[in-house]
Amino acid sequence: MADTMHAGDGQTRRDFIYLAGAAMGGVGAAAALWPFIHSLNPAADTLALATIEVDLAPIQPGQAIKAMWRGKPVFIRNRTPEEIDTARKVPVADLIDPQTDQERVKEGKDNWLVLVGVCTHLGCIPLGTSPGEAKGDFGGWFCPCHGSHYDTSGRIRKGPAPLNLHVPEYAFISDTRVKIG
Amino acid sequence: MAHAPQSNFSNPVVNWIDQRLPVITMMNKEYGSFPTPRNFNYFWNFGALAMFVLVTMIVSGIVLAMHYTNNTLLAFDSVERIMRDVNWGWMIRYIHANGASMFFIVVYIHIFRGIYYGSYKAPRELIWIFGVVILLLMMGTAFMGYVLPWGQMSFWGATVITNLFSAIPVVGESIVTLLWGGFSVDNPTLNRFFALHFLLPFVLLAVVFLHVAALHITGSNNPLGIEPKGPQDTLPFHPYYTTKDIFGLTVFLIFFAAFVFFAPNYLGHPDNYIPADPLVTPAHIVPEWYFLPFYAILRSITFSIGLPFTDVVLIPAKLGGVLAMFGSIAILFVLPWLDTSPVRSSRFRPIFKWWVLLCLVPAFFMLGYAGGKPAEQPYVLIGQLGTVMYFAFFLLLPIIGRIEKPLPLPASIAKPVLGGGSVATGATAQVMEKA
Amino acid sequence: MRRLRTLIAAGVLSIAGLTAGAQAAGDVPVPPAEKWAHGGVNSFLSFFKGYDYAAVQRGFQVYKEVCSACHSMHLLHYRNLHDIGFTEEEVKAIAASVEITDGPNDQGEMFTRPGIPSDRFHNPFPNKQAAAAANGGKAPPDLSLIVKARAHHEDYIHGLLVGYAEAPAGFDMPPGGNYNKYFPGHAIAMAQPLYENGITYTDGTAATLDQQARDVTQFLAWAAEPKLEERRRVGIMVIGFLVVFAGIMYAAKRRLWADVH
Repeated sequence: MADTMHAGDGQTRRDFIYLAGAAMGGVGAAAALWPFIHSLNPAADTLALATIEVDLAPIQPGQAIKAMWRGKPVFIRNRTPEEIDTARKVPVADLIDPQTDQERVKEGKDNWLVLVGVCTHLGCIPLGTSPGEAKGDFGGWFCPCHGSHYDTSGRIRKGPAPLNLHVPEYAFISDTRVKIG
Repeated sequence: MAHAPQSNFSNPVVNWIDQRLPVITMMNKEYGSFPTPRNFNYFWNFGALAMFVLVTMIVSGIVLAMHYTNNTLLAFDSVERIMRDVNWGWMIRYIHANGASMFFIVVYIHIFRGIYYGSYKAPRELIWIFGVVILLLMMGTAFMGYVLPWGQMSFWGATVITNLFSAIPVVGESIVTLLWGGFSVDNPTLNRFFALHFLLPFVLLAVVFLHVAALHITGSNNPLGIEPKGPQDTLPFHPYYTTKDIFGLTVFLIFFAAFVFFAPNYLGHPDNYIPADPLVTPAHIVPEWYFLPFYAILRSITFSIGLPFTDVVLIPAKLGGVLAMFGSIAILFVLPWLDTSPVRSSRFRPIFKWWVLLCLVPAFFMLGYAGGKPAEQPYVLIGQLGTVMYFAFFLLLPIIGRIEKPLPLPASIAKPVLGGGSVATGATAQVMEKA
Repeated sequence: MRRLRTLIAAGVLSIAGLTAGAQAAGDVPVPPAEKWAHGGVNSFLSFFKGYDYAAVQRGFQVYKEVCSACHSMHLLHYRNLHDIGFTEEEVKAIAASVEITDGPNDQGEMFTRPGIPSDRFHNPFPNKQAAAAANGGKAPPDLSLIVKARAHHEDYIHGLLVGYAEAPAGFDMPPGGNYNKYFPGHAIAMAQPLYENGITYTDGTAATLDQQARDVTQFLAWAAEPKLEERRRVGIMVIGFLVVFAGIMYAAKRRLWADVH
């Protein structure tokens, strides 16, 4: 081949220029790739719905509601004193995923239990929120997919699920309004 | 193992792969040591640029498809969601929208180079034919892509262009209904256009592969239009042309970026920011700029063609326009046989050179100008003149080939470059044998 | 090289000519060209210009108090107002000031509730037919993209808003029409929307007709092209990078080819 490159005086400078060109090309290509990848991350409209506010006023003691949050149900339960008592009497050491009831609610709002309504086993939605649904052996929730039973604190008590129902990040804006996310 | 590849790479993994599937040997042969004429000018950058734009369009298009909603009720808003809410969505969409224009600019220049330097001539006819197929696929893809945002121009452009097929005698109306999947451009039309707009670029890529594969059999033409006669006439593709192509690419990208970031709607039409409304036709329907020359040819046939001295109409104006428009592309397929001159490059063809520059090029721009104007005088006349010039360019080529006296060709590529040094005539015609 | 440059320049110029021609065609009045802080959404030579957010905020007030009675802006969400300088709290308050129809609820009925930032701008009419019926048969256009959807962009919107006048003698005005100097055909269904001191600006700016028209135009420009500033900023960086890269590649190419020529 007619490769007419010669090593010589120009070698050092030539090497520098080629190196600079290759480096800039690499950096440019990588930088150009980022917007295409980042475009697959949640968009502004999705992020705007990442936080919801829920009005608690209509929920009577003993009742629960489902709210949609980030495409998943959130269970919000207004617990009766008996339900709280049952949850707090359980020896923590006996639990599959040891956690006290106090850790799972906000202090002073002990009746309000806020949970991500997704079974920690394989992602089904447990029953027990709407009236008339099976609440399982421990009066909380029951997942029909593989038979996981949750108690009135949403903790796993029986069945294949490894963890308690997840408590999302939330805060009370007022006595009757809660902000989730 | 009749052709066990002689892989000899220092990296054992590379070696192992190459012995079983010699992709690295192949890439090295086709893009590394590939003997390329040493005298390319910058017109020879545009093939690589077109390839770059195609890949850019496919990448940005796939990302857009992940956010786009393919339904008449939602399409427009989903595009605006991309523009407003999706991370970097505005940039990706502007890249894609302007990329279509860039693709046509690059390809039109690429085609001009092919014509001016006679690249379509033997033995490269098949490369040229694949190229025309690529142009057709580009046009189909671009047209269907423009429909997807479901703006006013999308809708009415789709309506007007699909209605062209109604000009076909007897079965025309049935064909149009088939294209629409209904009785007007509507949701079924949008759905199939989206499916095809996604598919066709990959078909296009396959044809590009054939275009390049055929090119690597014959080797490239060059500004002198004579075949390399020995190693002194060629350079290895890498690093010489890779470096030159990347330099050309950076310059092109500046041009591209200027549109994307500072004039992203310049080549578009304001009406396409109005959602499609089947009850209101825009005052003035114009296709995208790259279709304007062909649109002008379509509109130039304002008269029916009949038997002389009778009322018998052979070709109604509408059908005539459609035939002329498709004919303007079809005629490109036979260009290698219309041009009978044995000389390729315009540098040595005193008549052909000016025939290209003073007939074909002005015809293209006149048609583009007339296509963007309303169908009234003097624009119709300019369009008709452009149409005549366009077809005359091709149809008179056999005569030009006969009457033209070509200038004497140089003995080799190296000779003019090296300023008349001795030429190794012994190497004549051996280099380009298939390796 | 020189010939190539001439050819490319010729190509670019003719493309420019084609599109400019395509847009200017027809007998359409041309609104006077105005100066805009952001240079205009489609302005090329405004590399470093951005929106005047005080004006954009005032423009939002004009939209809210006047235009929004008839015109929807369904591509905008209240949360977007954060981008023109309203605080989280202000955005919440603005959103809460409208009644949004939501539902159906568990009883299968639609209900109304105060707006929240993730809601779209409130639509004054439940559907396009209702909008048309309430406005003499023609629905007022959605204003989300109006600046990009009209030739002459900002200049047209501004010209239209200040361009109401007495119809010249002999002008054949269709019923329900209003004469406007810059509306194509001059007979516009919309009655003059803005008047001197028609509103009171919260920031104390004197609400002349021109001021209101100018402000609302800038608000609508931002609404149509909210990413304008990001676009120009990224553009400067991209082109800056490319110019340096091109320079290096040119030097690399020159050195590499030095031995060939």
